[in-house]
Amino acid sequence: MNDTLQKDELRELYREVILDHARKPRNFGRLDDATHTAEGINPLCGDKLRLYLIVDAEQTVVSVGFEGSGCAISMASASLLTETVTRLSVEDADACFRTVTQRLTQANDGASATQETDLSRLRALDGVREYPSRVKCATLAWHALHAALKQSDSKATTE
Amino acid sequence: MSQTQATFGTGIAQCRSDFPALDQDVNGHRLVYLDSAASAQQPAAVIDAVARYQRNDHANVHRGVHTLSHRATELYEGARDKLCAFINASNRAEIVLTSGTTEAVNLVAQSFCRPTLSAGDQILITGLEHHSNIVPWQLVCEQTGAELIVADIDDDGDVNLEHLFALMSERVKLLGIGHVSNALGTINPLADIIAQARQHGIAVLVDGAQGVPHMNIDVQALGCDFYAFSGHKMFGPTGTGVLWGREALLEEMPPYQGGGDMILEVSFDNTVFNELPYKFEAGTPNIAGVIGLGTAVDYLLSVGMDSIYEHEKTLHAYLASQLASVDGVRLIGTAKHQASVQSFMLNDIHPHDLGTILDHQGVAIRTGHHCAMPVMKRFGLPGTARASLGLYNNSDDVDHLVAALEKARQIFA
Repeated sequence: MNDTLQKDELRELYREVILDHARKPRNFGRLDDATHTAEGINPLCGDKLRLYLIVDAEQTVVSVGFEGSGCAISMASASLLTETVTRLSVEDADACFRTVTQRLTQANDGASATQETDLSRLRALDGVREYPSRVKCATLAWHALHAALKQSDSKATTE
Repeated sequence: MSQTQATFGTGIAQCRSDFPALDQDVNGHRLVYLDSAASAQQPAAVIDAVARYQRNDHANVHRGVHTLSHRATELYEGARDKLCAFINASNRAEIVLTSGTTEAVNLVAQSFCRPTLSAGDQILITGLEHHSNIVPWQLVCEQTGAELIVADIDDDGDVNLEHLFALMSERVKLLGIGHVSNALGTINPLADIIAQARQHGIAVLVDGAQGVPHMNIDVQALGCDFYAFSGHKMFGPTGTGVLWGREALLEEMPPYQGGGDMILEVSFDNTVFNELPYKFEAGTPNIAGVIGLGTAVDYLLSVGMDSIYEHEKTLHAYLASQLASVDGVRLIGTAKHQASVQSFMLNDIHPHDLGTILDHQGVAIRTGHHCAMPVMKRFGLPGTARASLGLYNNSDDVDHLVAALEKARQIFA
């Protein structure tokens, strides 16, 4: 029986860190004074979230929040995102989007966004690579980040 | 087609071995296919019929004088005759071959509704419908100024008949209603509903995509005006389907698409359209697929629609009771009459996570909104897990599903 193997592969996807972030998402909630916001929707899955960023005059992401609903992978990834990009420069935060999407869609670890950015906590998402149908769940929040950062500095639009 | 008949199973329990795709391991486990409502597997007879045609008989239909074209036409039109008898249509002219249910519904929206609707008219649907029985009506309402109105469903997933009947009036020009809900399995009481619609002079289109695979269909007894269904839900190839319509209505309707095969005579000044059903079949059709669909009809008849209905009814009852006995499972869709489709949730585990965990154990289910987002919204859910049973499933499949749920509970404990 390869039951143990099967279970381990699933545990690789649903690591404790993922389950923990999915159950207790960090920075969950709307930021009323957000400067940037964007919605991420996976129409096929029904995953839906909105990301809120507060970017200060120095172009630093000082606060990140999100709200929405989705599978454990999409919720955990969004939660990890908020922890990862807080206090990064806009440039470095956007570089994270490229790094993470590359990392999840390619076999290797991908190049680090910048030397300064610590992406170690995102290793928890590595199990997703083995599940092509779930990669879009894991990258949803990061696409929303990219879309939010592309906006001008003016007050964020909602809806 | 005697050589294919011989390979058919003699009883429902033997049918499983007629489906080659079911005989495989997935992720190290025997495949348990519980997604027939999305697309059913094909029996070897269908696969062979398509391959035999492609190898020996392929040519364009209705065109050539040569032997292969004649053979292709015979096979293709033979399939139409089988479909005509299968749903008890009175006339083969009423069998319009389409790419599927979606095209059939769009055809009615554009050729039946669009020329006749105007502002103030209404199209009535129910809250149970699949997107393909919603969006074509929304489009034609935008084009004509007509209004789309929707009958509520209750907590069990039954259409609220009081509300549905209250919405019926002389303003309503068409009722679009599913025979069986793909998301919740509800079998609608069509006889009552169609009788009520008749009293108001409302034309009725039945989306039969989920009805045809499960039960005997007699369009004349139903009394509707249009009945649409898909080949791939009834063990035939994808890209095939049927719009059945009353001949008198189809005669009045303008063509849906222009092109070859749907004309008698073309000049740059004028075009004379072909007779029914060819008026609605522009371009070279899915010949191989339709031939396969004809064989799927042979197959279903050899098993027997009544046997299929009884088998699935028993199995669905077992599925529902086994699922309900799992701690944390909540059944979504508990209608009075249900086809062998069962949506459910397990604790607060998102259906997608459940789908991945079950797939790991060889169990294929559908997860998500099932192209019925209004239904999900009605139940306040982002989606559900859905197990759907076909004639080839058995109680062992149900047991595997229930056992596989245990792993999901462990991981999300």
